Order: sequence, then C-alpha cells, then structure tokens
Amino acid sequence: MTDPIKLSEAEVGKAYEVIKVEGPALIRRRIMDMGIIPGAKIKVLRLAPLLDPIEILVRGVPLSIRRAEAQYIIVRETS
Amino acid sequence: MKGTIKLALAGSPNVGKSTIFNALTGGRAWVGNWPGVTVEKKVGVMKLNGYKVEVVDLPGIYSLTAYSIDELIARNFIIEERPDVVVVIVSAINLERSLYLAVSLLELGVNLIVALNMVDLAEREGYVVDVKKLEALLRVPVVPTIAIKGIGIDKLKNIIIQSISNPRRNPAIVDYGDPIEKAISRLCSFMKTHTPEVVHTYHPRWLAIKLLENDRDVVEKVKLLPKGDLLINMANEMRKELESVVGDLEVYMVNQRYAKILEIVDKVVRRVRVKGISVSELLDTVLLDKFLGLPITITSIYLMLYFAYNVSLPLVDLVDALFSSLADYTRLILQDKAPLLASLLADGIITGVGTVLVFTPMIAIFYILVAILEDVGYMARVVFVLDKVLHRFMLPGKAIVPLILGFACNVPAVLSARTIEDENDRKTVIMICPLSTCSARLPVYLIIASAIFGTYAALAITSMYVLSIIFALVIGFLFKSFIFKGPSIGFIMELPPYLMPQSRTVLIKTWERTKRFLTKAGTVILAAAILVWLLSITGPKGLIGPEALEDPALLKASWVGAIGRALQPIFTPMGWDWGATIALFFGFMAKEVVVSTMAMVYGAEETSLGRAILAHFSPLSAYAYMIFVLLYVPCVATMAVIRSEIGLKYAVLTIMYQMVLAYLASLAVMFIGMILGLG
Ligand SMILES: Nc1nc2c(ncn2[C@@H]2O[C@H](COP(=O)(O)OP(=O)(O)OP(=O)(O)O)[C@@H](O)[C@H]2O)c(=O)[nH]1
Ligand SMILES: [Mg+2]
Repeated sequence: MTDPIKLSEAEVGKAYEVIKVEGPALIRRRIMDMGIIPGAKIKVLRLAPLLDPIEILVRGVPLSIRRAEAQYIIVRETS
Repeated sequence: MKGTIKLALAGSPNVGKSTIFNALTGGRAWVGNWPGVTVEKKVGVMKLNGYKVEVVDLPGIYSLTAYSIDELIARNFIIEERPDVVVVIVSAINLERSLYLAVSLLELGVNLIVALNMVDLAEREGYVVDVKKLEALLRVPVVPTIAIKGIGIDKLKNIIIQSISNPRRNPAIVDYGDPIEKAISRLCSFMKTHTPEVVHTYHPRWLAIKLLENDRDVVEKVKLLPKGDLLINMANEMRKELESVVGDLEVYMVNQRYAKILEIVDKVVRRVRVKGISVSELLDTVLLDKFLGLPITITSIYLMLYFAYNVSLPLVDLVDALFSSLADYTRLILQDKAPLLASLLADGIITGVGTVLVFTPMIAIFYILVAILEDVGYMARVVFVLDKVLHRFMLPGKAIVPLILGFACNVPAVLSARTIEDENDRKTVIMICPLSTCSARLPVYLIIASAIFGTYAALAITSMYVLSIIFALVIGFLFKSFIFKGPSIGFIMELPPYLMPQSRTVLIKTWERTKRFLTKAGTVILAAAILVWLLSITGPKGLIGPEALEDPALLKASWVGAIGRALQPIFTPMGWDWGATIALFFGFMAKEVVVSTMAMVYGAEETSLGRAILAHFSPLSAYAYMIFVLLYVPCVATMAVIRSEIGLKYAVLTIMYQMVLAYLASLAVMFIGMILGLG
C-alpha cells in the first residue's frame, strides 16, 4: 500500500481514495458536503494553466479546488 | 379559491431550479450555466386547481449547512418559513451529490417532491435513471423533467396538487445504525416530555441529529428556547460517548448519508451505452490546456468587447443620426414660436439623453455575448483559469464573477458577491466592484479615444479594461492586507457540462440588463440633462438664454461655467479645462452623463463632439481623463446597492478611496507622460 499524501501533492491522471479530511470546521464540513469523505474516489484530471486550482473528478462530476483546500484532504493512491 | 400554498424550489447549484421556476410560473428568473446564478430568493405565483401557489426560487445549496449569505437565505427559508411543499431538484447527471440535499431535506421532515431534472443529458451520457425504483427507495414522489423543454412540468404540477392534500415525508430515510439511532430516539423522547416548545419549532428527529452533529446554527437557536440548555448538554454527553465508538460523529453521519445515497444510486442507474469520451471532456482538454487555456480565456474576453464595439458601430451611427434629425426637426418647428422650449427639448433633452442612448446597441450586444458565455458553461472555466491570479491577491476565486459581470453593470455585480462565503472577502469584493469598468464608462472612452487616438483607439480602450482589473486586484489586496484581514477561503466549484445556449435565456437576461440601462437613461440621465441645460442658460446674474449653448463666452458666465471654473484649479496639473471639469461633476450621477454634459458644454452635437474634444485635450490629458473616469466614483445606483449590501460606512469609504485613487492615478499618468516627453 502506498503512503498517504495530501491531495494538493497528487499527480495528474492518477486515482486516489480519500482517507481523512482535516482543516478548520467550516472548510472541512464544506468539503465533506460535496461528497469528499473517507472512502470516496478521486481522480486528478488536470491543473489549471497557472497550476492552481486543480480539477478533480469526484462522484462522476468535475470539481475545481484550490491547493489551499486540497491540502486538507488526505488521500492514498489506488490502482 | 382554496387558499395560498407556499412552495419552495430547492436544489444544488446549477441543477435547473430557476428554469423550473420559469416553467411553473411563467416568470423570468435568471438562468445560467454556472453555479451561483440565483443569489436572492425570487417569488412567483402559479394558479393550480383553485390554489394560489407562491413559488419561491432559492439559491443553490449542497446541504443544509449554510456558509454564505445566499445559502443562509435558502436554509432559513426552508427551516423557518416552513413552506407547505418543497420541490427538490435533483440533477440526473450529478445524482450522488444532488441527492445529498434531497436526503437532508427528507431528514428535516418537509413535505417533499423530487424533480429529477436533466434526464436528456443523462441519456446523452449513456444511462437512464429508474424513476419508479427511486420513488420506492425515497418514499416520496419523483418526477422526471427536462426543464428547458418544458417536459415533465405538467406532471410536476399534478404531483404538487396531490401533495398539498396528501403530504409525503420520510424523515427516517437514513438508518444511522444501532448506538446512534438509540441516542436519537432518547433525545426525541426527552424533547417530547421536557421541551415541547422545541418540538413545536423543529422536527424532533432532525433536531436530534443536528444536535449530535453539533451544528453551530442549530445549537445557537436551541439555546434560546426554554430548557434548551438541558437538551444541548444531554446531546453533548451522548456525542462524547458515541465518538468513542464510531470516531468523529460528524464524519460518521455524513458518511452514513452518502452510503445510503450510493446504495440508492446503485439500484436506480442503468447504463445503456458504454461511457465514451464526452463533448465536455473533449472541449476542456483544449480550452483548459496548460498552454492554451490562459491565452484562450483572455482572447475570448477581448473578442467579446471587440465584437460588441465593431458589430454595433453601424447601429450606433444609425441611432445617432436619428437623434440628430429629431433635434433638428424639433428646432425647426419650435424655434420661432417657443425658443426656450425648443432649446430645452433639442439641446437639453434630446441631445443629452440621445448621447447616451446611441450606445444601446453596443451594450445590448455585449450583454448578449456575456449571456451566451454564461449559458454555454464557459464562465465557470474562466473562473478556473484565472483563480490563481485572484488567490495571489488574497481574493476569493468567486471574485472573478462580480468583476466580469461588472464590465456590463456594477449593480448586479455587487449583488452577485453574495455567493462569497467569508464576510471579509465579500466586503472587499463589493468595494472593488466599482473599479470594474462598466458599460456606462464605455461611451466616455469611446468618444474620447476615437477623437484623440485614431487607429490606436481600440488599444486605448482595451488598456482601460486591463487597468480596471489591475486596480481592482491591487486595491483588493490592500483591503485584505490592512482592513479586512484574514485568509481568503477558496471554494470548491463544480465545472458544469457545456450546453447549447438557450435563446430564451439569453434574451431574457439581455433584455433585463439592457432595461436597467434604458431606465437609467430615462430617469437619472434625463434629470441630469435637464439640470445641466438649466444651469447652462442661467447664471449668477440671472437668465442668459439658449444662446449660451452656442457661444462659449456666454456659457462661461453661466452656473455651469461658474462651478466648472471654481473646481478647475484642482485639475490644473492634468490640463483639463472647466468644461471637462464640469462634466466630471455631473458624472457623479452616472458616468454616461460625462459625455452628454461635454456635448452640451462644448456646444456640440454628438457628431462633432469628437472635433470639440480634439480642441480641448492633449493626448496625454485625454488619457489621464479616461483613467479618472474609470476610477473616480461609483454611480448613484451602485452607491445605493453597496449601501444596502454592506452599510453606509463602507459605501462612503468606497467613494472616498475611489476619489483619492482617481486623482493620484491621473496625476501619475501626467507625470510619467511628461517624463517620457509625451506632454
Ligand atoms: N439539457 C438541459 N439543460 C437544462 C435543463 N434544465 C436546466 N438546464 C440548463 O442548466 C443550466 C442551469 O439552469 P438554472 O435554472 O440556472 O439552474 P439553477 O439551479 O437555478 O442554478 P443556480 O441559481 O446557479 O443555483 C442552464 O444553462 C439551463 O439552461 C434540462 O432539463 N436539460
Ligand atoms: Mg437559479
């Protein structure tokens, strides 16, 4: 099994699974309400041209998320 | 009449709530293909089987936890005003996430109907949703719809009628498992016996769940109720106990809800075609490309402005000619009989209002283009591409929307800042909104630039847009660093699929935005034109007469001349004469008035105003003047909306910083120009 990393450090094109959501209560709740909860699958689709935010696929729908928030999402690479 | 029914339309952002609202009520709520179009609740009325149904279109929310003002509006409406029926719109192409809100609403215990919208797009993606099964699993009615085509709306109306007499609720949709369910029922029975007032206001199961989750807002409200403290303490103790079993309770509860949703989705979604690569994905690989993304975004904004300018030019000339001949004709028939009236109509009203109205075609075309971009779904991509820039300046990503909207008109721009979660962020964005160069300023740039800069006119005008953005970012950064301190909360935004623009949607928006411009021409600008005319033909020594408008020497002796000359020394460094100064003075009302005042003061009509300007400005002083107009104050309408959004104090602060900024910036232009030897 691979080591957990922050979503902000994830690589484009790879698939991940959420392990934990951290951060201040409000941000954390917001992230979770969008369906990013432990066990959810995330695919990193692309980086914005200026490298931030990143576009991820969660629950079948693309989302844009800033690295600043993505760092609160702890993920593990899946195959 | 059987009475009034309150019906709320709820749903995640961009699922089609406003489209359904329009279909139900024949209303004209704004629709757009990016999250956060609706920022205020909008009410419409529908007659249904003898009932008067008040339909309320709400801003999109992902859950009942509220973060931003628009979300609070939605949440409070549903929780406090207790609509008789709630229709939750669920998107067939975003089933998991949009069902989350549906489940939250079920838990709240409302009388619910599910409208499963965008089934056409699901089919495009190659799957179908089994409506019957979904209905059985949720235990409330489900109606499939294609809102933009009006499909399913009649069925929805029938179901609404049924649910008025036969409410359908299902608060226990999610089973949280043994220890938690026990805690919930213990809290519920405690409420029933000890705090009946609480149960009166909220559904007991929902309240128990929220208290266990430690929902900030709910805890605050329960505290105020009799014996609320007792209840809260009890819930807190239970939470501690439960967390030793299941870990973080909040995470656990959200997890259970999504687990339930996944279970449902698994059962109701049937793939009919293997998933291919979708049009949206294909477009995004190009439009959001690492190298092409940024140039494409900037080019498209530029092209929009360029198009609006060029395509409308013949139309602008046509309207212009119309007004000129109207003025001439008025003079012709009235000159001898009533010279004063002829002058009021021709020189005052027709010239004044006409100067502004000639730009209607250009503004309408710009609005059409903006509306198309919004409807296609590209606006969300613009936000994605430019977000980093905003982040650098400590601004929230959502600030880009007000700033772009501001290019058309600052008033809707200020309102659209409601989607910004953080209060400090929102204040900052609202206060920089007026720096976004609205279409009202365009006439001023156009007249001056085309008179002075010839072939470089487009470049000069474009530079105003670029400077407008730079100033907005820098000032925003300063506000965030010194006044509204704190980190800017970023946001998570869905990137909607690309859709064909709907002509109805585009036309409604264009018309309503243009209407705002026309109304302003008919009220503020009309009043300003009359006032300027009046102050031009009278002076400290009494009536001068319409001759003042033809003879600069006479005009100098009028009130306009007096005020202009009194203020003029302030602008000596910029080399603006009293005519230019008085135009700025009246521009307080609306920036278009700058042009109409100049037209009157320089005794020129629209067509020859260019020549007059050439005589009164050097290229450098003209450019400084354009910068000043870009920055100097919000118009009256914008001031009013800033005040109502964030208070008088900030409205005044906005006016003051803008004046100082405008003065310093135009002074700097003169200074730099002199050094470069352009003076
Ligand atoms: N293909 C298709 N498009 C739809 C349907 N319903 C709505 N749309 C489009 O989806 C987009 C969003 O619609 P809106 O009605 O603005 O959505 P909303 O839920 O009010 O959005 P917010 O106010 O931003 O929360 C618009 O571009 C609509 O034209 C549908 O059934 N099928
Ligand atoms: Mg809407």
